[in-house]
Amino acid sequence: MQSKLAVSSSPFLRNTAVSTRDLMLDVILALLPTVVASVWFFGAPALALILVSVFFAVLAEWVYKKLLHEKSTISDLSAVVTGLLLAFNLPASAPWWMAAIGSVIAIVLVKQLFGGIGQNFMNPALAARTILMLSWTGLMAANAMPNGGQILGLGKEAADVVTSATPLVNGNYTLWQLMIGDVPGMLGETCKLTLILGGVYLILRQVIDWRVPVSFMATAFVLFWIQTGTIYSVQSGTDNAVYQLFSGGLILGAFFMATDYVTCPVTRRGRVIMGVGCALLLFVIRFYNNGYPEGCSFAILFMNILTPLIDKFTAPRSFGVSKPAAQKSGRKGGAKA
Amino acid sequence: MKKNNLLRVFTNGILNENPTFRLLLGMCPTLAISTAASSGVGMGLAATFVLVFSNIVISSLRRIIPEKVRIPCFIVVIATFVTIIDLVIKAFLTSLSDTLGIFIPLIVVNCIIFARAEAFAFKNPVLPSAMDGLGMGLGFTCSLTLLSSVREIIGAGTWFGMQVMPQGYEPMAIITKPTGGFITLGLLLLIVNALVKHFQKRRNKKAEEGIA
Repeated sequence: MQSKLAVSSSPFLRNTAVSTRDLMLDVILALLPTVVASVWFFGAPALALILVSVFFAVLAEWVYKKLLHEKSTISDLSAVVTGLLLAFNLPASAPWWMAAIGSVIAIVLVKQLFGGIGQNFMNPALAARTILMLSWTGLMAANAMPNGGQILGLGKEAADVVTSATPLVNGNYTLWQLMIGDVPGMLGETCKLTLILGGVYLILRQVIDWRVPVSFMATAFVLFWIQTGTIYSVQSGTDNAVYQLFSGGLILGAFFMATDYVTCPVTRRGRVIMGVGCALLLFVIRFYNNGYPEGCSFAILFMNILTPLIDKFTAPRSFGVSKPAAQKSGRKGGAKA
Repeated sequence: MKKNNLLRVFTNGILNENPTFRLLLGMCPTLAISTAASSGVGMGLAATFVLVFSNIVISSLRRIIPEKVRIPCFIVVIATFVTIIDLVIKAFLTSLSDTLGIFIPLIVVNCIIFARAEAFAFKNPVLPSAMDGLGMGLGFTCSLTLLSSVREIIGAGTWFGMQVMPQGYEPMAIITKPTGGFITLGLLLLIVNALVKHFQKRRNKKAEEGIA
């Protein structure tokens, strides 16, 4: 019944020509370079995982709407984005059924059961990733080594490719390797160059707000700097701010996860709080928790849940109401009550 | 007529007012111990025992217990039977007692038992109260068994400790963790209530057609 009422929350779109589909197309476009990079470095399994994940996300959305006798929403492409982002959060060594289960969890459990697009209380792809992570921790370990160009037959011999720990644990990678994604990791988190490119494209197109990624990365950088005491040096391995900033899922999270329309605050101040909060939590989980080497998804999910609260406390004051007066009367009312 | 009523009181607890899926009572033990089918059955039967006997005693004392101190009186009665079942399980079913642990003594504060004492046994004669306790208890047992079976099969690949999933099945570990308890319970609630709604609709339709 709820979906019959045309109730939407702010920000109301000024340009009616912009549809969900247009926004999602932009996001897909911004993600494509990273798709290419991950297929380049991780080969055919990466491509297969991405395709399976997108296919099952769209299928789940279609079947769910069919079962409920509602209008199909697959043409708004949001399921494609969810599928892509989920695949980006899987290691290349993950079996295909994990991508499929993850997609179904993301679409049905996290998105549709809470009311579909615009109603999910946390980022579907991230929530699904976390469920997969807690279910099959061993299979989710990102230990597939990148092998650039293997899909075109340009890569190293298979025997030369060994598995290795995430760069967050193993500091033997150069800054260049970190930037282009020649490091082990989840499919879409390794190539920072294409992620930043896509992110900047989305910011320029005004699809996402710069406040979330910038405050996220800036806060994280400062915290890493304070913790490690160095901005960058080759000798210090993982213990410098630049290395920490460009390893793990931070860049992917900052540009593509934390900026999700539904689960991030609508106010400008709120968005800065969101970014800073994500960075703080990520920092704490990375450095003070021994269970997981990376805490980006947990940090963002936690801030997703706080989003309604942040919105409530950063709500702008109504035009024509002066602040002190509003506060005074508020206090008076409170005292009387 | 009277027999019919007793039967209705009995089935009410299993179907219409199933404590877990319809009344949402006793969620704490439900979520905590439903990780394996055997502990689900054990917990359900222990609660059934307490429910039946506390309902009988409270119902037979309902004219003696003063209204104002009924809650402490209920607790004394319930705690008596919980102590009995706790000691019996400890003596004869040591492994069950190890898995259920603190949740057997905690039946004292289980809200299903309180709710039935307050809402039914305190207002009704002994026989219906006993039937109500039995129905509610078996309803609780059924839903606990269902929930814990689903969680054990998906989360560990076993059912009552036997391997039921094919070789190569990777158990979905989160389902046996507390998070998975909430997720599974939520999904089962959805399914059960959708089914109930479906059947009610059909019954109403039939009734309407009957009238017409």
